[in-house]
Amino acid sequence: MTRVGVKRRGFFSAVAVGGAASLASLPEKASAQPASPKPSAVTPGAGVAAAEAAPPREEPVVAGRSGSDFMVDVIRQIGVEYVAAMPGSSFRGLHESIINYGGNRQPELLTCLHEEISVAMAHGYAKVAGKPMATLLHGPVGLQHASMAIYNAWCDRVPVVMIAGNGMDATKRRPGVEWMHAAQDNAAIVRDFVKFDDQPASHEHFAESLVRGYAIAVTPPAAPVLIMADSELQERPMADLPMADQPTTVPRLSIPHPPAGDPAALAEAARLLAGAENPVIVVDRYSRTQAGVDALVALAEALQAPVVNKLGRLNMPNQHYLNQTARARALVGQADVILGIEVVDFWGTVNDLRDLIHRDEVHVAKPGARLISLGTTTIPMRANFQDFQRYQPVDIDIVGDGETSLPSLTEAVRRALGADRRSAIDGRGDKMRDAFKRSQDVMLTSATYGWDASPISLARVCAEIWAQIRDMDWALTTGDPFFQSFWPQKTWKMEKVYQFTGGPGGYGVGYSAPAAVGAALAHRAQGRFVVNIQGDGELMCCPGALWTAVHHKIPMLTVMHNNRAYHQELMHVQRMADRHSRGIDRASIGTAIDGPPIDYAKLAQSMGMWAAGPVTDPKDLGPTLRQAIDVVKRGEPALIDVVCQPR
Amino acid sequence: MAQSGMAQQSGMAQQAGDASRGLHLFMADGCYECHGTVGQGGVGPRLAPDPLPAGAIAAYIRKPTNVMPPYVESVAGDQDVRDMQAYLASIPQPRPLKDIPLLAP
Repeated sequence: MTRVGVKRRGFFSAVAVGGAASLASLPEKASAQPASPKPSAVTPGAGVAAAEAAPPREEPVVAGRSGSDFMVDVIRQIGVEYVAAMPGSSFRGLHESIINYGGNRQPELLTCLHEEISVAMAHGYAKVAGKPMATLLHGPVGLQHASMAIYNAWCDRVPVVMIAGNGMDATKRRPGVEWMHAAQDNAAIVRDFVKFDDQPASHEHFAESLVRGYAIAVTPPAAPVLIMADSELQERPMADLPMADQPTTVPRLSIPHPPAGDPAALAEAARLLAGAENPVIVVDRYSRTQAGVDALVALAEALQAPVVNKLGRLNMPNQHYLNQTARARALVGQADVILGIEVVDFWGTVNDLRDLIHRDEVHVAKPGARLISLGTTTIPMRANFQDFQRYQPVDIDIVGDGETSLPSLTEAVRRALGADRRSAIDGRGDKMRDAFKRSQDVMLTSATYGWDASPISLARVCAEIWAQIRDMDWALTTGDPFFQSFWPQKTWKMEKVYQFTGGPGGYGVGYSAPAAVGAALAHRAQGRFVVNIQGDGELMCCPGALWTAVHHKIPMLTVMHNNRAYHQELMHVQRMADRHSRGIDRASIGTAIDGPPIDYAKLAQSMGMWAAGPVTDPKDLGPTLRQAIDVVKRGEPALIDVVCQPR
Repeated sequence: MAQSGMAQQSGMAQQAGDASRGLHLFMADGCYECHGTVGQGGVGPRLAPDPLPAGAIAAYIRKPTNVMPPYVESVAGDQDVRDMQAYLASIPQPRPLKDIPLLAP
């Protein structure tokens, strides 16, 4: 008995051979062909010939409705509009049901070229759309591909609804690849960084778990969830099931209200803030909605307190005079009361650990400063991965969603502010206006240095982009803003919550391009102009994201921050070489991406995207941007490769 | 120590630097990573135009007080520092802010 294993990459060659064998067994067609001195196809072996000649087995060849159709009903019930997926046989039933039973609408399948792209797209989408995208993942192989993107979404507290195919019944797995692509506990791969997972054993179980999982995913603190879709549950015809096992209804989705801070604790925090001489508000992964931004402005104005934005989200309009992020260290050092709102790293906010041979602690906050934490970050949800940062004792720790709790805190502050504090607070506001003006002047002057340099400065790149988009309804999608030296945050006017939604969360490279595509998809529905400032090294982790943008006609402008190296890592290696006083001119080995330099315009063009560059002369940047913007306004993605300074 | 450092700075200042070689070293030794290729600043502070004297630069990079990694004399000698300082000194002044419309508030 000859076993024929059909792997994914061997499939087409197997089809070619099988097809030839089938033709060879059709004598009428074969006799119609002109005689050939040599056979054009492989002669079928004895096993194949016997199989072809055997009488047909008594088994159904056409099935009616199957379990995967019901799964589509469940996905619709929870309101998911898009499902991002790289195809995989473990969810072939669900795939087919989405495009045929569901008509590829609500949800629509998004073709992705890697599972890391699927999840990162969903990550970027959710932060703009305010609701999750679903992803389909192929057993343990697709899940492992996706794992870094899942970790980013976990660290960033962003909901993603993931469905992974998996064949649990060992007697139903074909020999070979289906065993390689199955797991008895598939979710174990990522259980440390998902909020909920399940391996449903029936259709109703799937429905309950997906609905439950959705609600868990979106309830702050949000995070990804993972539900398995068993292959047999997907593919088994409904008619084969006993009536009692046939699913009939999908549970109603019930989303909990976000947890709010304890009113007594908020009142105590308000008293401290109202009585402070130098209060500082530090905010990080906070704003989900415009109401959240407005609420923070209201609190800051009530206190005339400076806000330090750690840029987990937009949080605070950057042109508001109380946004004093540029003076963060000095303000924290002077503060007598520090309120942290959804601050991921409170210890690192009031302390520092210098990157020296002996990593010494530096206490930034002054002794005796009172610390208040409001948010959901101080209670780790898992213990293994250390994204919860170092433990920082605080004076008042209020566990509650920042957005939900802040209006109550502001009201409590207003009640706590007596008339005697009014003049002091007004005086503080005047100082903040002056300090903000000085910071702006310094920042703009600093942009003039290197203005005409080549490689082009990031200040110039960002100013050129801003000149083109400032009158549009725009949004920026990017990786960690640190890599652009925060120039967009310094020079653009950011006031809408969707204009900046933070970085990857887990600092995992590979996020920004696919997340930008997902975000741009959500912005497309609102008609916004999307700019993605894209690191070169990071793009090469997931370049296929560009193809998905083209394929699905997702308009967005990608401006390459092409500095031709993994500069963060180059600096780390440089530090080691300097520390050892050897080979200080060799740090580019293993970190530079310049031999040969990658032509990102050609890369994008190869996937059907309009692209230009490399732009090396700053004078050429404005005209090239205008060309690209015209393309994007027509509803297509475009890319400009700009050779830039490291930061 | 302070007097010794001042004497060292004074001695260094008496010798000229080679700006062309300084540019090469500035790039090869990784200075541009934090300070930009024309010393405009980035992760690290701005160095040019109008750089510090070579002696002051040498004194700092030998024992930096903040997060900058050290460049001791065996890998970045005094002549190297003089050359890099000469490169930084050769960088022209930027255009005034008022002459750059894109930076208008």
